[in-house]
Amino acid sequence: MSKNTLFDKIWNEHCVREENGTALLYIDRHMVHEVTSPQAFEGLRMAGRDVWRASANLAVPDHNVPTINRLAGIADPVSRAQVEALEKNCADFGIRLFNMGDPRQGIVHIVGPEQGATQPGMTIVCGDSHTSTHGAFGALAFGIGTSEVEHVLATQTLIQSKPKAMRITVDGPVAPGITAKDIVLAIIGEIGTAGGTGYVIEYAGQAIRDLSMEGRMTVCNMTIEAGARAGLIAVDDKTVAYLRGRPYAPEQADWDKAERYWRSLVSDTDAEFDREITLQGHAIRPQVTWGTSPEMVAPVDAVVPEPEQGANSEQVTGWRNALDYMGLAPSTPITDIRIDKVFIGSCTNARIEDLRAAAGIVKGQRLAPTVKLAMVVPGSGLIKQQAEQEGLDQIFRDAGFEWRDAGCSMCLGMNADRLEEGERCASTSNRNFEGRQGKGGRTHLVSPAMAAAAGIHGHFVDIRDIQER
Amino acid sequence: MEAFTTHSGTVAPLDRANVDTDAIIPKQYLKSIRRTGFGPHLFDDWRYLDAGGLDVDQSTRRENPDFMLNDPRYRNASILLARRNFGCGSSREHAVWALAGDGFRAVIAPSYADIFFNNCFKNGVLPVVLKEEEVSALFENAGADTPLRLTIDLAAQSVSSEDGLSFAFEIDPYLKDNLLKGLDDIGRTLEHVRVIQEYESRRRSEKPWLFRTL
Repeated sequence: MSKNTLFDKIWNEHCVREENGTALLYIDRHMVHEVTSPQAFEGLRMAGRDVWRASANLAVPDHNVPTINRLAGIADPVSRAQVEALEKNCADFGIRLFNMGDPRQGIVHIVGPEQGATQPGMTIVCGDSHTSTHGAFGALAFGIGTSEVEHVLATQTLIQSKPKAMRITVDGPVAPGITAKDIVLAIIGEIGTAGGTGYVIEYAGQAIRDLSMEGRMTVCNMTIEAGARAGLIAVDDKTVAYLRGRPYAPEQADWDKAERYWRSLVSDTDAEFDREITLQGHAIRPQVTWGTSPEMVAPVDAVVPEPEQGANSEQVTGWRNALDYMGLAPSTPITDIRIDKVFIGSCTNARIEDLRAAAGIVKGQRLAPTVKLAMVVPGSGLIKQQAEQEGLDQIFRDAGFEWRDAGCSMCLGMNADRLEEGERCASTSNRNFEGRQGKGGRTHLVSPAMAAAAGIHGHFVDIRDIQER
Repeated sequence: MEAFTTHSGTVAPLDRANVDTDAIIPKQYLKSIRRTGFGPHLFDDWRYLDAGGLDVDQSTRRENPDFMLNDPRYRNASILLARRNFGCGSSREHAVWALAGDGFRAVIAPSYADIFFNNCFKNGVLPVVLKEEEVSALFENAGADTPLRLTIDLAAQSVSSEDGLSFAFEIDPYLKDNLLKGLDDIGRTLEHVRVIQEYESRRRSEKPWLFRTL
């Protein structure tokens, strides 16, 4: 009887050779963006090396691209140079690139699945920590540094030691109004931002199975915020249905064989994990982060904690620093926190389902007068087109939200979209680190519906109250 | 890559847990397409009072006198002491380039985020893992008027001071060997070209859809 985890199956399949516990792992798909690749291509040139298998790579600029007036090009010369370097590198080495004018351009972790370039059983890497997103398809996907980007380009492999396996089971259905974002934030609140360090996490349980592929991508996306490089979800009917007909999905002649293989990508019944964690789905409430680390999170109907209640002196100091930076007093009800800006976007929450959820809250409402800016940034040009066909853009515009072009945008503010000193943002992104959205900016991570509702009311509100009305 | 054998240097204590790579090197510097030049921007948001960027003249920047690296005791430090989960967040190797560029050859902490940890070894920077209580002991010593100096011996896997502090650390043998010899990973992997090619051709016949041209 085989007792392999899904992770074991993919790992074993890709192990080219092994020596003293260090494996040479074959990489099926390499996603490339403009920020972490230029030094890698330069390294290849300096060593006189070529790209091992150019057709395994898919490149798209996302971090630096403007989300407004795109026809005018990139105003910042440094950002422009970086995007131009990607164009040149892809041209020189024969790599497929979706450039800024291409409707398929978008955030790399949204584009891969959308194009069917992300498939079950693959090893997928990218010089970006949120590569964990692709694990939603039962692929082993993780972020790497630029030296490893160069290694993959040159050899189609990576040198890795095998991580341990963790399974996080979210039992039962979640309550109405609870989204994938709330589930993953609750998980991070439970295990902490280093809870998954050294592990690959498989998500299981009814609450995970119930999620759409979009929702599963949200959960896997933030696996890195729990410290694990990769998240995994077993293949099922939803996975297969999502892939059917995608541009880079297997061609008809190969489809049946591929599908048979994909359906084997589940952990065996008796598989053993190094660590098991179980959460009760019904207990998860809408989540809002109050601090400067994703683990500093609370349910919307709770209050900002007292630092003195931290588990140890390190946590007490950490919470105190966080509240100081966030400009929040202990015991403040989360729903009393007023916001200045709203950001709906990022590789975590910029898929069509996310935009629909936010539009559902916004419809027929107006942005609170105290909110200076609310931006909706679709995850790709194709998502933008689809949203426009569904009339979502008009719903957002009518409510006073800005409707932008696709990119990473204010998730990290490498382009012109960012927070000013002291500004507070309800954000659907993945990191609330100090300065992440702009020096001195204050980020609260929430689901798309919660961000939209905060924009309408000017402060956080419990989405369950709104949806009941 | 520069090899790491033994290193002696001053310890700069950064008494925070969960220091993320956005803090180590803020995003605006990631627009550079080079591997060098990041050193002055290490911990930029904490280190300076004003906002910086690639288009800002560094000589006009106002240092934050309260930030540890601006303390005269630590200006020439080459070993960074930190708390648990150092380097969490983004995969940006720029974080290690900034540390190395500012003269740091090693970090000592109870734990690291995985991607940052790997990135260190590609750049001749040694991330030493010590126990929580050992790190705390080093913090107590590093705050004295005379800064703490440590010697890290990679071959012996030890961290020691002249006045008798001494701790052993564990390290993966492959990573240790690479760092001791300053080896290039790609060169080592390309010694196995045949094995990779054989694997690839077998896979291509078994699962042809994986080789569909993008």
